[in-house]
Amino acid sequence: MTPTSTATGATTTVPRTPGEPAPAATAPGPGPARSRTVPAWVWALPPVAVLALAFLYPLALVLQQSVTPDDGGGVSLDPYADVFASEVFRDALTTTVWLAVGSTAGCLVLGFVLALVIAFVPFPGGKAVARFVDVFLSFPSFLITLALLFVYGSVGMANGLWTDVTGAADGPFHFLTTPWGVLLAEITYFTPFVMRPLLAAFSQLDTGQLEVASSLGAGPVRIIRQVILPEALPALAAGGSLVLVMCLNEFGIVLFTGAKDVTTLPMLVYSKAILESDYPAACVVAVVNIAISVGLYSLYRVVSRRAGA
Amino acid sequence: MSTGTAPSGIRFDGVTVAYGGTVVLDRLDLTVGPGEVMALLGPSGSGKTTALRAVAGFVRPAAGRVFLDGRDVTQLPPHKRGIGMVVQQYALFPHLKVKDNVAFGLKAQRTPKAEIPGRVAEALELVGMAAYADRHPRELSGGQQQRVAIARALAIRPGVLLLDEPLSALDARLRSGMLAELARLHRELPDVSILYVTHDQVEALTLADRIAVMDRSRLQDCGTPEELYRRPRTEFTASFVGNANLLPVTVAGEGAVLLGDRPLRVPVEAAAPGASATLCVRPHLVGLGDGPNALTGSVTEVQWRGSTHRVHADVDGHRVMADLRELREPPAIGDPVTLHFATEDAVLLPAGAGAGDPAGVGP
Repeated sequence: MTPTSTATGATTTVPRTPGEPAPAATAPGPGPARSRTVPAWVWALPPVAVLALAFLYPLALVLQQSVTPDDGGGVSLDPYADVFASEVFRDALTTTVWLAVGSTAGCLVLGFVLALVIAFVPFPGGKAVARFVDVFLSFPSFLITLALLFVYGSVGMANGLWTDVTGAADGPFHFLTTPWGVLLAEITYFTPFVMRPLLAAFSQLDTGQLEVASSLGAGPVRIIRQVILPEALPALAAGGSLVLVMCLNEFGIVLFTGAKDVTTLPMLVYSKAILESDYPAACVVAVVNIAISVGLYSLYRVVSRRAGA
Repeated sequence: MSTGTAPSGIRFDGVTVAYGGTVVLDRLDLTVGPGEVMALLGPSGSGKTTALRAVAGFVRPAAGRVFLDGRDVTQLPPHKRGIGMVVQQYALFPHLKVKDNVAFGLKAQRTPKAEIPGRVAEALELVGMAAYADRHPRELSGGQQQRVAIARALAIRPGVLLLDEPLSALDARLRSGMLAELARLHRELPDVSILYVTHDQVEALTLADRIAVMDRSRLQDCGTPEELYRRPRTEFTASFVGNANLLPVTVAGEGAVLLGDRPLRVPVEAAAPGASATLCVRPHLVGLGDGPNALTGSVTEVQWRGSTHRVHADVDGHRVMADLRELREPPAIGDPVTLHFATEDAVLLPAGAGAGDPAGVGP
């Protein structure tokens, strides 16, 4: 005989005979009584079903479409062969990768320096700046691009100031519609994504380490290089990989800069699917984009696990 | 291991440190001689750690100067002061092995590469951690980490070693062992001046050549442990360095005071009859039973402490503590009791705040 639990959690104690084992602890679950009667997989069913319907099914459709040529004929890798052979895809892939890598590198450098200043150089308003970083993360990416357009766009403030001062018909700032403009916008927008984990890591850093390092004769540069940086590496890796994946998939920034010659993979998906109605090609590019993102994420997980992060 | 450097001392010359409008160290004048161990002893917020940080260069004095080996270092950045420092939480660099932690200062000071392994081994040998050179700090116990932190500080052969509550993160048994280790280290490194910040009177009494007692941002007293313990000059010192009975008395004449109406024979120096004073008697110098300077009262508390009994008694409204060798038949609460103390065991202090409270810290 064992004690009987009620659904409300109240327990009715039933005497046990000597030597009878105590009842096992109730497994965590929605309720002590239900967990015994309803198998655990039943509880997992609703979220899995929602996930499958909302995410896995569309993904499967994309995958299916990518191996289904327009002219029918069942499953075929011809769409992949056609897309991989096209110059526009190779250009888009190259542009996407270098923009993502360049932006990530820029974000890491700028984010590390800014986080260092905010965390270790006391200045009036430092805390407000740190809080603004959190707010910045909630901004949509196009907003930053729009702001840059106001400043550096063809009819933006910088060019307006130039033409006012010099009387010239046109200003010198036209880089926003080039890959460099996209790079600037991505670095501007994604840097706080590196700063946030870094600021969290810096707040955990034992200041005693910095003071002891200093007393041992280490100058600021050595302390940053040999004490702060090694401890910030997991945060840098986390922020950097997040930014890299987000840059690979970034669509709004490229669209809003109006850089016609900058075609990234997401832009290629858009133009193939919406402008050219070439769905198999769009799906192939999308699958490649997903594969790169998942591959990079897996690599990050492997590296961070090996590093003990 | 030789220190490799000339003996170096520390001098505070009217050092004041303030954060905003709050003074946290007030006009500190103190000299630590070459090779001397000076303990800064005081409660939390007394300014002792601020004084240490002023020597290290982590706080900039609002007034006054700090001298190291006779050189004014007040404006010198920390990394140019050549000081060894050990802090409460060890502050070892977690990503570096023990040997690399110890080598950190040597590399920072651009010691010739060929010399570094020998110096690291020497420092680790000194603290008994040579066998752990290839481990990471996370693989060491608290006591072992503290030894490594000491080795790291000593590897650069500093003239001055700053110890900021180095044992407070250790349990009682480890602390006792490390205390003996630190005493041994100082014997082996007689040229190193040590500034030792602690709130633990036992650590200060055990290690220090002199103790500077601090309270409320100020230096209250300074002297050898024996002077401060046997002949404290202030009530605060009497209560903070060891335990003390502090009784409010009135000077009755040469060699005599009155505790209420009760005459007591004590050494009286330069106090006018009728003046208020505080009588300090250490609890372990108070005896049970009748004798000179007998104090009769009733027992209010009895604590068994293994080898001793601490008996608290109420004597004419004043609480008196006596640490007595373990009693076969200790008195019960409420029993009448007579305590006494020898004339030469009492110290008369200027009356001050808190007189009459049986003060004391620690066990």
